[in-house]
Amino acid sequence: MSDTVGIVIVSHSKDIAKGTADMVRQMVGSEVKVAYCGGNPDGGLGTNVSLIIDAINDAWSSKGVAILVDLGGAETNSEMAVEMLEQERRKMVVVCNAPIVEGAVMAATEAAGGSSLEQVRAVAEELSAG
Amino acid sequence: MLETSANEPFVTGKVRLLHAAGMHARPAVKLTKLAKRFQAQISIRASETADWINAKSVAKVMAMRAPRDSTIEIKAHGEDAEAAVAALISLVAADFPEASA
Repeated sequence: MSDTVGIVIVSHSKDIAKGTADMVRQMVGSEVKVAYCGGNPDGGLGTNVSLIIDAINDAWSSKGVAILVDLGGAETNSEMAVEMLEQERRKMVVVCNAPIVEGAVMAATEAAGGSSLEQVRAVAEELSAG
Repeated sequence: MLETSANEPFVTGKVRLLHAAGMHARPAVKLTKLAKRFQAQISIRASETADWINAKSVAKVMAMRAPRDSTIEIKAHGEDAEAAVAALISLVAADFPEASA
């Protein structure tokens, strides 16, 4: 079986991140790797670059990783996490411009069919395109 | 339920949507995932609606919002079109069973 694009969910809230990951696993299945992170180390709201890097590593696939984020800092911290990866892995990770829950489910559905990272991103972003 | 028109290379089929909530999120994901396993171009529409949509686009399948008891029309062309239409019909007819993967 060929590898599928991995999905990373980054929310300010660990509960939202976990709930979104649960939805993806239940709706799409287990053939797509899904990792999530949310909250700051004190248990409050926030996002954290090193936790995002861990999640990217957990969801890593030879086809790359698509990240879904919620608000502001989740996006900038995700971009920072990508910048901190080894150079050859950076271009294999994208931050999708899509609503976190819907985007994650649709990206994972597309990924499950073996699609490329660009196709997965395009499907997730189709939602914001209206 | 499976009929092939002699004039065009389309395989078509129809099936009643039994799912209590209609074509909502989970059925849409299952249908899209199954459609993607085939090479054929596959389109579906809720009966009597004008637009055919790409059965491999989860956003579009979810957005069709077909209600319970509506008829889903399926058409496909390509090498494995017949198998694709048959598989999609049985998925919908069996009311999207959990173990379809």
